[in-house]
Amino acid sequence: MCTLAHVFEAAGLSTVTITSIRSVGERMRPPRVLHCEFPLGRPLGKTNDPDFQHDVLRRAFSLLERESGPVLEDHPEEVAGNEEPLSCTVPPRFDPDLAPAVDEARGLRKAYDRALSRRGVSEVGNAVDADGVPDALDVLQNIVDGTPWKEAGIPGGHTTALANDIRAYYEEAALELTDAPNSGGHQSEAWFFERTEAGKLILAVRKALAAQGAPQPVWFYMAPMYRS
Amino acid sequence: MTEQPSGDALIREQIGKLPVPQFSETAWTAPPPLSEARVAVVTSAALYPRDGEPFTVTDTSYRALDHDQRQLVMGHWSPNFDRSAFGIDYNVVYPLARLDELAEQGAIGSVASKHYAFAGNQPDDVATIRHDSGPACAAALKADGVDVVFLTPV
Repeated sequence: MCTLAHVFEAAGLSTVTITSIRSVGERMRPPRVLHCEFPLGRPLGKTNDPDFQHDVLRRAFSLLERESGPVLEDHPEEVAGNEEPLSCTVPPRFDPDLAPAVDEARGLRKAYDRALSRRGVSEVGNAVDADGVPDALDVLQNIVDGTPWKEAGIPGGHTTALANDIRAYYEEAALELTDAPNSGGHQSEAWFFERTEAGKLILAVRKALAAQGAPQPVWFYMAPMYRS
Repeated sequence: MTEQPSGDALIREQIGKLPVPQFSETAWTAPPPLSEARVAVVTSAALYPRDGEPFTVTDTSYRALDHDQRQLVMGHWSPNFDRSAFGIDYNVVYPLARLDELAEQGAIGSVASKHYAFAGNQPDDVATIRHDSGPACAAALKADGVDVVFLTPV
């Protein structure tokens, strides 16, 4: 964002940049920066809170009144994200003949469909669509069970895209299964990787891929850098 | 709360250590009065329309987003940040409803007809957006009469 601010300003546009990481704004020195210590992924701070979002915009646009720069100011309120797993139950075991993650994913399908109906759009679809999620989890289970990764038939052929699709399927479904507030941080992520069979399977397959000698880019980006 | 450092804190620490592009000087364009300014949003959230072209893993291009298109996919490839917020309320990343309200109140002049999205995960030298796709996006914004660009990360 700071690079684009420099480029746009040089082209004759006035810019105001939100930064979530103060040191980046300090070092890159774009014309006008409002540093917001909000949960990452929420540059306007709070969902479904128009008053707060307007406050962020008002403070950002006030920087346009300055006569020279660069200008870097801090939003006075820190919004702390909650890192605890989202309070959201997972479907009970239904078909014991299926791998747990496959069974679980099937159980979440109605919730996923409700989410899709509500939003009209889904982030699932880079490697597999929703129909392909259970089978994809079966493939990942096979890798954990010893199938060489090159012979496993990884759907879409891209592990990062596949992991993103599976996680999006779960996180979108989760929003339909809980009334608990999602205050950001890594609540949805923590729920996925700590409470669901699919999340645990992705962490396991990451280890299995590494143990099989797969190149680091094949497995590393399947989960956040700090999860093992 | 967990006793471990938070995911956000770790990511801030890691990203804060990364080298950043250097600019020898900071360009400065004086805006018109905000009540007369045409405002656009440009985000690094890799947003694209439902039926549009997804971002690839090393994508340095951008997508134009029609003002009225609100069914958008967040196509960012990084596993490290919270995507759920955008699904709850797109305004927390892409505040077009808020800008429309400001335009109705007369606080800003108008809201642009098109907005733009880049992918946040750019090559370290950001050469393409600095010299190619960034200037091209600036030209498109200016062609729409935009005065002020509000830039949001994820």
